[in-house]
Amino acid sequence: MTIHAITVLGHDRPGIIADTTARLAGLGLNLEDSTMTRLRGHFAMTLLCAGEATTDAIRADLEPIASDGTLTVTVYELPEEQAPAGAGRLFVLSVHGGDRPGIVSTVTAEIAAVGGNITDLTTRLSGDLYVVVAELELPADADVSVLEASIKRVAQELGVDATLRPIEADDL
Amino acid sequence: MSFNERVAAWTEAELGVEGKVLEVVRAPAHVLSVPGKDVDPTAPETIQLAADLIATMRVSPGCVGLAADQVGVSARVFCVDVSTHVKTKTHHGTYVLCNAEVLEASRNEKAREGCMSVPDLTGDVKRASRLTVRGQLPVTGETVEIVTDAFEARCLQHEIDHTDGLLFIDRVAGAHALHQRQTYL
Repeated sequence: MTIHAITVLGHDRPGIIADTTARLAGLGLNLEDSTMTRLRGHFAMTLLCAGEATTDAIRADLEPIASDGTLTVTVYELPEEQAPAGAGRLFVLSVHGGDRPGIVSTVTAEIAAVGGNITDLTTRLSGDLYVVVAELELPADADVSVLEASIKRVAQELGVDATLRPIEADDL
Repeated sequence: MSFNERVAAWTEAELGVEGKVLEVVRAPAHVLSVPGKDVDPTAPETIQLAADLIATMRVSPGCVGLAADQVGVSARVFCVDVSTHVKTKTHHGTYVLCNAEVLEASRNEKAREGCMSVPDLTGDVKRASRLTVRGQLPVTGETVEIVTDAFEARCLQHEIDHTDGLLFIDRVAGAHALHQRQTYL
């Protein structure tokens, strides 16, 4: 049993997901985790599949999807890994302000500096407004108030606003 | 729940001035990110601002609340009117509150929000669905407490956030809680 990471990127059209997943099913692959979305109108999909098929066999089977040149498909085998324990504390970081280069890199550097791990991140550009929403896991020994202050300091230097809040537990 | 008859009976006729429709500013305008100043609810400029906010809300389709910073004035004033919204339960009609603050908030619920100052995005935000708010009415300056629920509670928290320099995007529930707006009213 191996895990393969498959990405499909490019021009969006109806049927990409149906076609790709049918081919993977035909190879006996099981979709374990996936994300599929559109970014600025482009199709973007990442799949983690488990099964016995080889990398070469998957590449060959998916080749027709990319044959018209509008989609790029990549296939890589991933090493088996246990999911991290997730003992850290969970937070949501919102950053918004005028679009400029370096917002994500500057703010995320502060998170990395305290050993925080970003588990999910979305950015949106809406007119002049740039929005970043990140979910993060902070190590137990990280000082949240110090991190919050450092994020707000770099945000101010960038001329953007930043808010760090604990993720509220689901009610059920 | 004690319904506030005084607030429910309030209408913009009490302002005694004609409101002007003002331009609504959009993020990333700086005024949206700074806490507003406390106001004197009896001051003529506050009364005119109250009338202008209502006039601007009235001409904006789907608008159920508007804060002063959204028309470029960094002051703790907003108007609301959720009376015709489908998600409304309790409501107090149209009113303006000055220097409002949340006294009690409970029973968080997640729902989709938008904002005239962030016109192309919506977000899933957890807000209290039971709420007690205290503020002052314009002209008389009398202090009122509003106990409400559901959509009026959400709207009041959204507007009070504006007076504190916060947008709904500061409170979205997670990385997948921000959405491109699908429909414009």
